[in-house]
Amino acid sequence: MTHTAIAEQIDESHHPSSFITRYIWSQDHKVIAVQYAITAIFVGLVALVLSGLMRLQLGFPDSFDFIDPASYLQFVTMHGMIMVIYLLTALLLGGFGNYLIPLMIGARDMVFPYLNMLSFWMYLLSVLVLMSSFFISGGPTGAGWTLYPPQAILAGTPGYNGGIILMLVSLAIFIVAFTMGGLNYVTTILQARTHGMTLMRMPLSIWGIFVATILGLLAFPALLVSAIMMLLDKLAGTSFFMPAIVSLGESLDYNGGSPVLFQHLFWFFGHPEVYIVALPAFGMVSDVLSVHARKNIFGYRMMVWAIVAIGGLSFIVWAHHMYVSGMNPVFGFFFATTTLIIAIPTAIKVYNWVLTLWRGNIRLTTPMLFAIGFIFTFTHGGLTGLFLGNVVIDLPLSDTYFVVAHFHMVMGVSPIMVLFAAIYHWFPLVSGKMLHTGLGKTHFWITFLGTYAIYLPMHYLGFLGVPRRYYSMAGTDFIPESAQTLNAGITVSAIIVGVAQLLFIINVIISLRSDKKAAHNPWEASSLEWQTPQIPPVHGNWGAKLPVVHRWAYDYCVPGAVDDFTPQNVPVDAAHLSEGEAEGDRS
Amino acid sequence: MSFFATLSEKPWLATDTAQPQPAMNAISLLNNQKRIALKFFLAVVTVIFSLFIITFLERSQFPDFQALAGQPWQPLSDPWRLWLNTGVLVAASVAMQLALYYARTGRKRAVLAATGVALTLTVQFIVAQLWVWSLLNDLGYYLASNPANSYFYLFTAVHGAHLIGGLLVLAWVFIRVSRKSLSDTQQSWARVSGNLSLCANYWHYLLGIWLVLFALLTSSAETYQLLAALCGF
Repeated sequence: MTHTAIAEQIDESHHPSSFITRYIWSQDHKVIAVQYAITAIFVGLVALVLSGLMRLQLGFPDSFDFIDPASYLQFVTMHGMIMVIYLLTALLLGGFGNYLIPLMIGARDMVFPYLNMLSFWMYLLSVLVLMSSFFISGGPTGAGWTLYPPQAILAGTPGYNGGIILMLVSLAIFIVAFTMGGLNYVTTILQARTHGMTLMRMPLSIWGIFVATILGLLAFPALLVSAIMMLLDKLAGTSFFMPAIVSLGESLDYNGGSPVLFQHLFWFFGHPEVYIVALPAFGMVSDVLSVHARKNIFGYRMMVWAIVAIGGLSFIVWAHHMYVSGMNPVFGFFFATTTLIIAIPTAIKVYNWVLTLWRGNIRLTTPMLFAIGFIFTFTHGGLTGLFLGNVVIDLPLSDTYFVVAHFHMVMGVSPIMVLFAAIYHWFPLVSGKMLHTGLGKTHFWITFLGTYAIYLPMHYLGFLGVPRRYYSMAGTDFIPESAQTLNAGITVSAIIVGVAQLLFIINVIISLRSDKKAAHNPWEASSLEWQTPQIPPVHGNWGAKLPVVHRWAYDYCVPGAVDDFTPQNVPVDAAHLSEGEAEGDRS
Repeated sequence: MSFFATLSEKPWLATDTAQPQPAMNAISLLNNQKRIALKFFLAVVTVIFSLFIITFLERSQFPDFQALAGQPWQPLSDPWRLWLNTGVLVAASVAMQLALYYARTGRKRAVLAATGVALTLTVQFIVAQLWVWSLLNDLGYYLASNPANSYFYLFTAVHGAHLIGGLLVLAWVFIRVSRKSLSDTQQSWARVSGNLSLCANYWHYLLGIWLVLFALLTSSAETYQLLAALCGF
């Protein structure tokens, strides 16, 4: 059935023979990764268009007939859910996780390739189910991405019949897909590392993906449980979450359920989800920064400890999303404290990224620009998180644009910055072609400055008390006229940033069509994925013999070394100049 | 190597890694990998059931919740049918363990018989659970009429779904065993017994979960109150 991608095994794996087994029903982790990535980027573009439509309504209210309050709520909901789950989670773990894990740890493939293939097809199914809700009568659900009952399944909310059901079913399928993939990632990392690749020699990308996958395996069940119970409430009339309620003048059959219970379940998933997205991003940005600063990552062990600590802490902070739902003040104190404690390992990581740049030999390539951009956006998003973690500050700011700005900076823009850094960085490995530098840098500057133009003003809107999720602010006296001007400006920036993403698509197409091949290891990286015999790596990755690892992934500019970087599979003796050579070098 | 020893390694020190040793037995390695994956999967299953149980305990403290056991007139106060079903599931687990024992000694017919018994008993358990469903339904304990009923159907359904997943895998193992020739080597039996050991562990684990659910569903309102108080509800 499966083949084992183990260190000692010679390459006897299922070599695909036809087009179909090679590119469609493929069990090769690299092909599955690309399938995941293309699907995720496609739905991500759909969600980007939805956000553009929302911004049009907010910036220029009453100018567009096709956006009514119901469709606005549907855009909000689908934009959020798609971006968080179907784009970020799928692209970071399904895409980059799949591509990088076997290559970075020196394995031939995932340990369960068949399961891996199933994982992608289940993911695609979940996307199709979700997308199909656009085409049913009533349209997709407009319950907000948090899907809070009771409103999510009651008349008055758009898509309360078909849309919410398709959403919940799609989420359940996604969770099955993720579990299949996740079991693969953790088992591969634990069991299929090549000789010499100890856990502490793994690149931080792998550490981030590893811990994020464990978080996902333990957190997604909460979403599954709440989806099942809400489906029963909707379809079978049970009252798990539904209280006694009067809807449209009619008293419904529900009785005694607890909507707050759903919120607890949802956020028990929802908060770790933030780190399911953030940890792989943390890992990958560390690797990109180190390679392009020609310096080892500062405080590698602290970075690993921080990843593990953040992963553990992320399970005991969930109720900070629910301060306004009301809770025992003791719990409020507890969750505020744990939330602020998370800032410690996170701050350690930020300092270490900055200290990695300190006195490095920085090469301002496109991936490096995106990585440095990430440090800025993440710091800004993180700092506003410190505000919102406190109960007294959260209460007035909750459900305003301040929150929107906060989580878009920390969880929208920041992971996207890392994703772009990672795509520009690993594109030569995946495709064998380089992305165009000029186009890439233009893409970076428009995206980086543009996102600030979008989200910085939103903080001010939040301070003014402009509520989120509102279709229109008309008739709200406390919101001054100037807020509308700001909103229009934000919309213009958002449209520019959205359209600028075409530069990236064009760049990809141009590069793929060009005949110019990338160099074998264009960034002169020392981690294992660049040391395959062929670029892009072929099926089985390593040719006849698996690599043997002698060092960590960060040997850049080591004093006395032959090159300014030493690949992980270079033996100790070969890496250093002999005494005489070293003397001559110095003189 | 302990977790903390791993985390305190000094990765910046390069060392010459010895050349690879001769190949370790590929089958035992594969079995190892599957065992690790199963452990993680069981962790996922545990989280699912724990969360259901937590919500159950909270929901049980709401005034409309009418426990299914505790008073003589309540349907699960004398749950002899559920005891019977539990016995069937215990027998299935024993059969799984026997199948594993026979596979380790390479006795094909005995493995097939024991696996077949386990399959049959498990199907029987699921059918018998459906029988309890229909009885409750006949008594007027419908899915939506009380949260206690909802949870009974929900818990048994989710547990049954996990068993059905296991049945699919076990049926696949059964087919593979039936295709083996009697003269097969120790090596090829190692793979079968690896797979059977995973199935047996899964069965024992689901039996354990059922025992917890059984105890929970047949407890009285006072017990729920105590448990909920311990959880802080």
